[in-house]
Amino acid sequence: MQTVINFDPLRLPPETRALREEVRAFIAEEVAAGTFQPAKGLDGESFNREFSRKVGARGWIGMTWPKKYGGHERSFLDRYVVTEEFRSVTAPTWAHFVADRQSGPVIMKYAPEELKLEILPRICKGELAFCIGMSEPGSGSDLFAASSKAERLNDGWKLNGTKIWTSNAHQSDYMIGLFRTSPATKENRRHGLTQFLINMKWDGITTNPIYQMTGRHDFNEVVFENVHVPDTHLLGEVDGAWKQATAELAYERSGPERFLETLYVLTALIKLLGEKPETREAEGIGRLVAQLHALRRMSVSVAGMLEQGKEPVLEASIVKDVGTLWEQQIPARARELAAFAERTSANNPDFDEIVEFASLQAPKFTIQGGTTEILRGIIARGLGLR
Amino acid sequence: MSETSQSIVLETTRRILADRADPQTINAARDESYKAPLWQALEESGLTLAWVPEEFGGIGASMIDGFDILRIAGQYAAPVPLSETLLAGWLLAASGQTCLDGPMTVAPVRHRDRITLQGDGRLAGTAKSVPFASDAKTIVVLAEGDGRTVIAMVDPADCVIAPRPHDMGSERADITFQATKPIGLADLRDGADRQSAAIIGAAARATQMTGALETCLAIGAQYTQERNAFGRPIAKFQAVQQNLAQLTGEVAASLAATGSAADTLENERDNQQAVFLEVAAAKIRVGEAARDGMAIAHQVHGAIGFTSEYVLQRYTRALMGWRDDFGDESQWAVQLGNLVAENGEDQLWPMLTTR
Repeated sequence: MQTVINFDPLRLPPETRALREEVRAFIAEEVAAGTFQPAKGLDGESFNREFSRKVGARGWIGMTWPKKYGGHERSFLDRYVVTEEFRSVTAPTWAHFVADRQSGPVIMKYAPEELKLEILPRICKGELAFCIGMSEPGSGSDLFAASSKAERLNDGWKLNGTKIWTSNAHQSDYMIGLFRTSPATKENRRHGLTQFLINMKWDGITTNPIYQMTGRHDFNEVVFENVHVPDTHLLGEVDGAWKQATAELAYERSGPERFLETLYVLTALIKLLGEKPETREAEGIGRLVAQLHALRRMSVSVAGMLEQGKEPVLEASIVKDVGTLWEQQIPARARELAAFAERTSANNPDFDEIVEFASLQAPKFTIQGGTTEILRGIIARGLGLR
Repeated sequence: MSETSQSIVLETTRRILADRADPQTINAARDESYKAPLWQALEESGLTLAWVPEEFGGIGASMIDGFDILRIAGQYAAPVPLSETLLAGWLLAASGQTCLDGPMTVAPVRHRDRITLQGDGRLAGTAKSVPFASDAKTIVVLAEGDGRTVIAMVDPADCVIAPRPHDMGSERADITFQATKPIGLADLRDGADRQSAAIIGAAARATQMTGALETCLAIGAQYTQERNAFGRPIAKFQAVQQNLAQLTGEVAASLAATGSAADTLENERDNQQAVFLEVAAAKIRVGEAARDGMAIAHQVHGAIGFTSEYVLQRYTRALMGWRDDFGDESQWAVQLGNLVAENGEDQLWPMLTTR
């Protein structure tokens, strides 16, 4: 009887309690000041530089990074608590979130020291917004089929090509982009891609908006025409990006953002159904809360593994797989459970609008950051099936 | 309990069950001669009374030790009342009674069944689908009457035991008590009540089911790598991989939920709301995992999976039985949902984030 996977329980340390209360107090202040509205869930992807600066000033960006780079050398678990508190209220963290979660760590590992000292402290202050240049019109899930080119020059590189689905490229200061420096080889089809740090203000970069069916503009197409990148902005090894991505994924994929994106819908549902719901409604709430609780315990368990220095890529993929499917289903299930509940001005006049917006958001949850199909392939590989 | 002794309990359980309760062997067995030596080994190691303090005849192991035993028992679909005796021991200790020797089982297990304590101290009622009722030397009964909740010990000869159609893995029977005089009887004490018994029972079952689901995944993964079709192992087909990946997600949720519940029962026993949330959520979530997990496990096995000669059905039957014990998903969900609704939507997140 072998144990195939482990999700050992982790209780967040008691010290995180005080941090959690601090974050809640900060959120309460910001909500009272009108910075954002948790109930409607519209702000979760809002880009608010001022908010990010305030968060940075509190020491909540780059929390686990070395102090010499502006970080705070706190634990993964501290960071987890801050992340989940902000997510639970769909706070407008978008202007710093990507930098904090993945761009900063890539720079820390692969950028030259001067660049690290220049950029990382500014990320920690909430001054810099990053976007991710990976997908292209011809390649999304198949990351290593990217064909946008980086040609060698005497003093750097010349970029040509197009990136797509780039969230907030139109508002970002920097992009970490994946470009082809060599053709793939027979031995290694992932060979030939290189990561570059790109200043979004450089000549030759054009950003075109892509509107989602929610009406929102987050995505963009980013066109590169003879964009000049100095050697200093090469991240890591030429042709070596395939080695550089995996650790990121474990960290990125298991986080609470992977199942909390529609918590606001569940909250609205509970408010709508009132203190004494019908049996059917109570059962529905109970099942959803049980599922959410289980997901959170899974995610906290993975955070514990990360804190121990492990790289739980398999477990993180599982959390994202189960989590994104769950959060995607919430609008539909809320709609069903709410079918017989009266809408009054007291219990939530906006419920149906909330469900409608969430329903239009929902398709992308199982597509962004690694599709369900890809995640299941990773899980299958982890089981030894591939 | 120190980490070392936790591991000892886990390893001992695993060793004994691996040696004497291999599911394929049990499934193919022509008689029950494997039972006595298996039980003896478990009893001698103290595992059967893990949750009984030393003063009542047990080994006084931790809650987590007990849940480790239950999970391994689930992994093996153990064909003896290991988990039942563990639970019975807990109930007896919670009512200050010393355990008798030998295998025990707990009744009732089904939510709708009530055993009444009559004015004359005798018991009346029917407990349906009690696991290993015919193997037990003592039946430990939770009964209510006269404003009391008691734990009674009953001699099987004093009640009517009607085995249900032979279902391998848990051998359930309906037990009828007709003015049954118990051997011993005492009130649950120190704040324990029917709900606390249901909580421990539900937590135990959720843990057993988790172990069973782990095995369903392990044998599914193994089978699909061994079974060839169209010139390759069926594990190479994406549709099969997707199914097993989905089953993995169900196992993961189960492990996380039950591990967390066990940890709460070990470390925050007095926090009633935390305990309730954890156990209710685990029972609900693992019940759902069992529903979807069983279906996937069968699907990847093809026809051989639903035969009686193949081992999967031991797990299917076990899972189906356990999910209806000590409250099913719907019953726990209504309770949890009502609590959440009563507390209001602003309290949901604080409730979930106490740990």
